[in-house]
Order: sequence, then C-alpha cells, then structure tokens
Amino acid sequence: MSTRNRSGDTLAPPPAPQRDEAALALRGWHQPRLPRGAGWYAAALAVVVASALQAGLGLPLLPSLLTGWAVLGIGLPSLSRAVEGRRKAVDRLVSIMVSSAFVLAMVPLVSILWTVVKNGLPVLSSEFFTYSMRNVVGEGGGIYHAVWGTVLITAAAAVMSVPLGLLTAIFLVEYGGDGRLAKVVRFLVDVMTGIPSIVAGLFAYALFVVFFGPGVRMGIAGAVALTVLMTPVVVRSSEEMLQLVPHELREAAYALGVPRWRTIVKVVLPTSMAGLVTGVTLAVARVIGETAPLLITVGITDSSNFTLFDGRMATLPVFTYSSIMSPGVPPEPSIARAWGAALVLMLIVMVLNLVARLVTYFFSPKGKR
Amino acid sequence: MSETSTPSPSRDTTDTGPASGRVGDRVFLGISRGAALTILAILAGVAIFLTAEGIPGITASPDEVKSGESFPSFVLPLVFGTLWSATLALVIAVPLAVAVALFVTYYVPRRLGQALGYVIDLLAAVPSVVFGLWGMRVLAGQLVGPYEWLERTLGFLPFFAGPASATGRTILTAAVVLAVMILPIVTAIAREVFRQTPVLLEEAALALGATRWEMIRTVVLPHGRSGMIGGAMLGLGRALGETMAVAMVLSASGVITLDLISSTNPSTIPANIALQFNEASGLTVNALIASGLVLFVITFAVNFAARAVVNRRKEFSGAHA
Repeated sequence: MSTRNRSGDTLAPPPAPQRDEAALALRGWHQPRLPRGAGWYAAALAVVVASALQAGLGLPLLPSLLTGWAVLGIGLPSLSRAVEGRRKAVDRLVSIMVSSAFVLAMVPLVSILWTVVKNGLPVLSSEFFTYSMRNVVGEGGGIYHAVWGTVLITAAAAVMSVPLGLLTAIFLVEYGGDGRLAKVVRFLVDVMTGIPSIVAGLFAYALFVVFFGPGVRMGIAGAVALTVLMTPVVVRSSEEMLQLVPHELREAAYALGVPRWRTIVKVVLPTSMAGLVTGVTLAVARVIGETAPLLITVGITDSSNFTLFDGRMATLPVFTYSSIMSPGVPPEPSIARAWGAALVLMLIVMVLNLVARLVTYFFSPKGKR
Repeated sequence: MSETSTPSPSRDTTDTGPASGRVGDRVFLGISRGAALTILAILAGVAIFLTAEGIPGITASPDEVKSGESFPSFVLPLVFGTLWSATLALVIAVPLAVAVALFVTYYVPRRLGQALGYVIDLLAAVPSVVFGLWGMRVLAGQLVGPYEWLERTLGFLPFFAGPASATGRTILTAAVVLAVMILPIVTAIAREVFRQTPVLLEEAALALGATRWEMIRTVVLPHGRSGMIGGAMLGLGRALGETMAVAMVLSASGVITLDLISSTNPSTIPANIALQFNEASGLTVNALIASGLVLFVITFAVNFAARAVVNRRKEFSGAHA
C-alpha cells in the first residue's frame, strides 16, 4: 500500500517535437504540444499582469488578482486548445482550477496565522502571564486566571475521558470483536464525534441543574461537557492503535499461560503506548480550544479560581470571547488582550499537535508507518 | 483495509480462550464492557437530560419567555438560519475541498502532497474562537467592498438584494468562515477515498491514453462518490453545530430571508444559545435548551446518515483493496 505509485510528478508534458514537415505529415498520432513548462510561464505571466495592474495602474488588490488569474485560467487553455486540441486544453484547465483551489484554501490559513501573530505578539509580556483581571480597568491585567482555568478544566476532562475511552477501546478490540454490542458502540461513538459542542455544554448544564439548581456555573460542569466531546476521539484513536498490535504478540503471551487481562496490561498496552499517548494528546488539543460549552457551563470571571467545584472560572477561549464581545470602556486594551489570549491558545494547540507528532515519530515501534 | 489488518484479535467472550475462567479476566472484561456501556449511557443521557430540561421550555406560554413567542415561532427562524448557513458553507466548501484533495493526491509529488495535507490539517487545529475573531475583525471588513459590488451588479437576484451591510457581518461572511472551518474534514475524507482508488484502474486509464483529468473523471470520481457524499455530510454536521464563529461574525436579527449581504440576518440555533444563555433565566433557559434539543436531533440525523454512507463505503472498498 505504501509503495503505490502516483502519477502526477510533472506539471508539464514531454518536450515538443520539432514542427518540421515529417512531424506534420504524421499528425494525428504526433500531436504538437506546448513547450515544457508552459504552465509555469503562464503562471509567471499572470503574476506579472496582476502586480502590474495593482502597482502600476493602482487598481484594488482583488480585481487585479482576478484579472491575473483570468490571464492564466482562460489564456493557457485557449492557447492549448489551438495547438494541442480539446482534450489537452480541458486537462490544463482542470489543472489550473485545482491548483488555484489549493492556493485559495491557503489564503485563510495564512491570513489567520498572520493576523493573530501580528496583533497578539505585542501584547505578550510577563505581566500578561502573571496577572489576573482582578480590579483591572483599561490597560494591564493578564490571563493568569484563564490559563489556570483552562489547565484545570482540561485536566479534569482528561482524567474522566481517558480511562473511559481507553477501556472502551480495549473492549472493542480485545473482547467485543464483531459482536453486536461492539458494533453498536463503534457506530454510536462515530456519531458521538459529531455532537455539537454547544449541545454537550447544554447537557452538562442540564445535568448539574438537577443537583445544584438553576444558574449553576462551575468548572467541573465544563469538564463534563468536554468529556462528552473528548471521549469518542480517545476511543477512535485508541482503537486504531490497539488494532496495530500484532496478533502474534498476544498469542505468544497466551502460549506462556498468561491470562488475557495480564496480556492486555503487560503486552498490548506497552506496545501501543506511543500511539495511545499521541491520540490522547490530539484529543486534548481538540477540546482545549472549545469555547461554547465552557461559556454556558463555566462562564467567566476576573479573579483566579482554582476550585473546580466552586463557581465560575475563567478559561482562555471564553476569556478571548468575552474580551472581544464586551470590551468595556475604553475598548482597545481589552481587544488587544483578546488577540494575545488567542495567540496563546493557538500556541498551546500547535505545541500539543507537535508533541503528538514527535511522540509518534520517536517512540513508535520501528517499521510501522 | 480493516479486513487485512485485524486478523480477528478478538474472539468472542464465550469461547474457551486462554484462561477465560479466571477471576482477573472476568473483572477486567466487566470493567471494559462497563466503560463501553457508560458511553452508550452518556449518549442516552444527553438526549434524556436535554428532553427533561427542554420540555418546560416547549410548553411554556409566550409571555413566560424572553422572546415573547410560542416555541415553534421562536425556533423556526433559528432552524432556518442554521440550515441556511450550513448549506451555504457546504456549497462553498465541498467543491473547494474536493479540488484540494485532488491537488494533493494527484497533482503534486507524493511526499509534497503529504506535507501539504498536514498544512490543511493545521486549519482543523485552529480553535473556533480564533476563527470567530478573524472573521469578525479581518474577513468581514474585507468583504464590505465585494458586497457593495454584488448589490450593484447582481441586485436583481433575491440573494444579493441588499442593502449591503456596512460592517460586512452578514450570513455570507459567516458561511465563508464556516466553510473554512469544515474544509479540513471534508478534504481529509476526500483524500482518504481517493487514496483507496485501485491504482491498477488509474494506470489502466492512463495507459489507454487518458489525460490526467480524464483518468480522474472516469476512474477516481465515480469510485469515490459515496465517500465524498459522506464526507460532505460530516462537514454539514460540523457546520450545523458550530457556535462561536457564527455568534461572533453574524449580526443577527432573527428574520427569515434569503438575502445574503444585508445587515438583517437570520440567527442560528447554536449562536443564539451562546449569545442568550448567560442573560437568560427561568423558562427562557428551558426554551434555549429545547432549541438545543432540536439542534441535537438535526445533527444526530445528519451524522447518522453520513456515518452509514461512509461505513458502507469502507466495507465495500475493503473487498478489493
């Protein structure tokens, strides 16, 4: 599977044959071609046209880009149609469309990264990380309380969902097989990954209202909401990792008379440990940026609160949201803090993703993937 | 693939596997089965608690809730807004995602394609509140000009009737943000199904003289059709439930309109909950929870159907992978 060969290593067709009499005589099976790299020349021309329109004639960015793109998207296929025939022209047109789609998809990513770094970086300072928002009006203050809230709530969610998800995955792989319960669980876990985060938040709220009365806000409710979102992710990734453990290892253990549960604990889990850690890290990365469930279950506060069971807590995503949506007077410092918190949040998520990849890279058994 | 890589490591529990009678085994089986059942219980709990807390909101009389309307007339514009914004997002995202998946699978060298795939996955790592921040502070401003242009040139269509919003915070902007957010998952699934295309068929098409596009059109796309449909529906499920981006980008007024660029926009269920919940009290909270229940039912149905389609595909292609 990994040795599958892909076509698509060149953007340009083979070199054009000489257009002499002999080649013309053989037309029909020696179709003339555009020179190698025609696509790149056309793209370069499009860039030149676009920048000339923008810088030279002072047109706005969007129309210039569209004109440049039209030069590429209409010009090259028309030329190709005249020289190479319809089929080649369509092929080139599709190549241009598909490549443009990729560039278009990159635009938001680059734009997001750029604006968050540009607006967030000036805000980061030692005060920003070591102060809460208690008694802060206008400038100053920081995200100390929000960082701690995020860490505590996410940790609580992980403590609940990792054992639950891992044990379910063990059941699915080691015991369930193709039994009915396993099939149902597998399917519903898949469906559960699609639960909207706000619905998970409402569930946690509805659950805690039963015990604590209306208007309840506490960290543990947010952790329950995140657990609902995180568990299916842990199950899916753990299940995949456990399935990668070679069956021979299990059989070797059984042959030595080791009970099945000891085999799982001593053989299967250690073998797949790197993959499991990766999966859990990615699951944490996924829920750590969740805003909606925390907004309605945990709320927001200006002070540090390290107790999951006692009232509102601040978290980074909700802090970002409330700083931008209700900035107060004057709004600028609060909006700046929102960008700073967004940058910190994104850095945390990126680091978690990176750690997950590094764990896979360094600790997974050699020769797998 | 699943057939070959899992040589049934799991015999069923009744067989006389190694030491099946031991106490430790029975305890361990009990614990792990209990975990699986807990997950089912959580899912059932979501439905039960939402229903229990939602029913008072459904039956509440209009003067007891903040909206001052009966539940159907309160939730209907929200359902419309939810479906409308998600559909728009899907219309934007799916062609783009399929094209991106084709690009990274067939148009660049394999190693580079993998790297670019990671880059696209990076979009999935951006927290939704950051998308909201970006959509509200950056994208909306950029789209004011194009919206005015759309109103001038295409104003005769009901979609662009205007008057164009001066802030750019319209349902179309929200749909663009949603499209960016669901792009990674739709692309990932499209890549997965394209990767499962039998390479022999691809090579056969190329050997018969097909151009790359003809190969894709005649082999890859028909082979991946149901997978792409499933991926699109998963994306739809995400877009339906997405909260923060819509809450932050959209300036909503709860109307039902097809106009994409005006400053009066329909709201969506999740955005409405996020915006109203902290100020709500009494039966208004129950009404919001009931609207969450409606959202849960819609997304559950969409995801259920999507998973059924995707899973059928998996088994089908596994047969000759």
